[in-house]
Amino acid sequence: METIMAFAVGGMVAGAVYLFLSRQLLRVLFGVILLSNAVNVAILLVGRLTPGQAPLIGQGQEVLGQGLANPLPQALILTAIVIGFGLLSFVLALVYRGYQELGTLDSSQMRTAEPEDAV
Amino acid sequence: MIAWLVASPILVPLTTAALCAVFWNRPSLQRVLSLTGSTLLLILAGLLLARVMEGGVQVAQMGSWAAPFGIILVADTLSALMILIAAVMALAVAVYALGDVDAVRERGGYHIIFQVLMVGVCGSFITGDLFNLYVWFEVMLISSFVLLSLGGTKEQIDGAIKYAAINLIATACFLLAVALLYGVTGTLNMADLAVRVPHVANKGLVSTIAVLFIIAFGMKAAVFPFFFWLPAAYHTPAVAVQAIFAGLLTKVGVYALLRCFTLIFTGDMGWTHGILLWIAGATMLTGALGSLAVRDLRRALSWQVVAHIGYMIMGLAIATPLAIAGTVFYLVHDIVVKTNLFLGAGVVRRLSGGDTSYAKLGGLFTAAPILCIVLFVPLASLAGFPPFSGFWSKLLLVRAGLAVENWAIVAAALVTGLLTFWLVGRLWAEMVWKANPDGDALGTTSLGGAARVALVAPLVLLSAITVTIGFYAEPLMRVSAMAADGLVDPQAYIDAVLGAVPTTPTLVGAADTAAMEVQP
Repeated sequence: METIMAFAVGGMVAGAVYLFLSRQLLRVLFGVILLSNAVNVAILLVGRLTPGQAPLIGQGQEVLGQGLANPLPQALILTAIVIGFGLLSFVLALVYRGYQELGTLDSSQMRTAEPEDAV
Repeated sequence: MIAWLVASPILVPLTTAALCAVFWNRPSLQRVLSLTGSTLLLILAGLLLARVMEGGVQVAQMGSWAAPFGIILVADTLSALMILIAAVMALAVAVYALGDVDAVRERGGYHIIFQVLMVGVCGSFITGDLFNLYVWFEVMLISSFVLLSLGGTKEQIDGAIKYAAINLIATACFLLAVALLYGVTGTLNMADLAVRVPHVANKGLVSTIAVLFIIAFGMKAAVFPFFFWLPAAYHTPAVAVQAIFAGLLTKVGVYALLRCFTLIFTGDMGWTHGILLWIAGATMLTGALGSLAVRDLRRALSWQVVAHIGYMIMGLAIATPLAIAGTVFYLVHDIVVKTNLFLGAGVVRRLSGGDTSYAKLGGLFTAAPILCIVLFVPLASLAGFPPFSGFWSKLLLVRAGLAVENWAIVAAALVTGLLTFWLVGRLWAEMVWKANPDGDALGTTSLGGAARVALVAPLVLLSAITVTIGFYAEPLMRVSAMAADGLVDPQAYIDAVLGAVPTTPTLVGAADTAAMEVQP
């Protein structure tokens, strides 16, 4: 199961890289979304997949038993999702503002900060 | 009590930001709060460094969860020194902002976001947990996005989009690297990682993760080949923002590299530090050449930020105690000088009517002789003239390079120094000696009373620091050597975090895999 999931992560990263190569800014942004989700799945994977084994400490026990799900990666993913969502919504707004100000989402035409003649 | 002191570099700016946010509609009060908060941060940072110098590594466990399970804050000499110098910059920039940041940006929450940025910077310096470092990086990142686009000119939006795109990718790389490292070791505490990583059976995987960290931190530090976003973005926002970005943000990336590649990834130094050495040389040369190619003061300085990151990476790559001490010394010197230069370029921009291309500059010496003398200090230090701070830091690194007989990197460092010297000569000729194209340049009196003090005082303060380090390098050298000793032999750091009890490393990840194989 982990092997299949690992390949799925690889596929998602490959898709993200393909989208990064686009000159269209919105596609690059979709690439970022795909990449951050790929990373989130990867975090889940490093905690090892244990379907149906909820991380509950049994009665009278002090620590989590063997073979149960590792709750830490899930906490990490939750943090990463929240942060990623915040960043992404800001960047989406920024890109929209960029479209309003610059009139284009084609990255090769975005030369306001680095005009070609100034170099 | 000591836990409060260790946590104070995070708590003070956070509280200041919160208070500023409460008084959203009163920018004048926000200014006072921002100044007070920065001063308080400086005092506490000084106390913390004194405490660390005296009593060794200081540790604070958050929520009383003992390491390696809870999040832990660790102040060793390097962390405390970085926080102190960051606090000095925060104060200098907070003063400068009084004269520089316009009403629109203040209404947009400049002071709040600036303090949040400082939370992120100080948090990154003081955390002892890798995932926590990721969180502080994000705090820093989101506030830098806002600061970069605050004001909303076309140029800024353009720069901010590129900055945001590359940083989102760097963040994903960092998170992936953290996740994989957790997967092989089962811990995120840096000291615990230092104990466990050498026991990981799959050395190849560890090296791969190490390279992922180089990529992630390298993008933040703007090293070759990930530097292109910096000259695209750094010259666009308000001067106070540029200065704090140029002074601190890339250096947090360098600090993270320094921490991880002396503490965690020391198993395969031929490979990882070999890569870092190539990166160092290429970064220095590209940055210096780039700065000579542009014909604009602020853009040339942006390229110089890249060039001088290379020197710090060089020290890390050589990794002898002398080289690490050189890197720490260089960090302090470079933070002061770069902040000073960007603040100075802001003043020059005002005097020349809002344009810093070489064609518009000139005649500064007749108009503002004292400003020229103040600006000469960071420029000379940048090029490494003795006796300024840049000379000593370069001397240390070159000596360290010669000691390990690595002629190529020493040559690269010296050539970069020469190219920087060339740039400084050119800047001086264009800015100070050349006659002003518009007839007569404006003096600093044209800035107006209060603004003049606010804009020039930080320059004088920072130049004074550079001169002091130059003429009296001994104390900083001693602190740098102490920091380097702590990095080269991290046993004291590990003991302070994990307790003196020798822990027998058990790899949770590996144990889990073994357990999983038995399971159906």
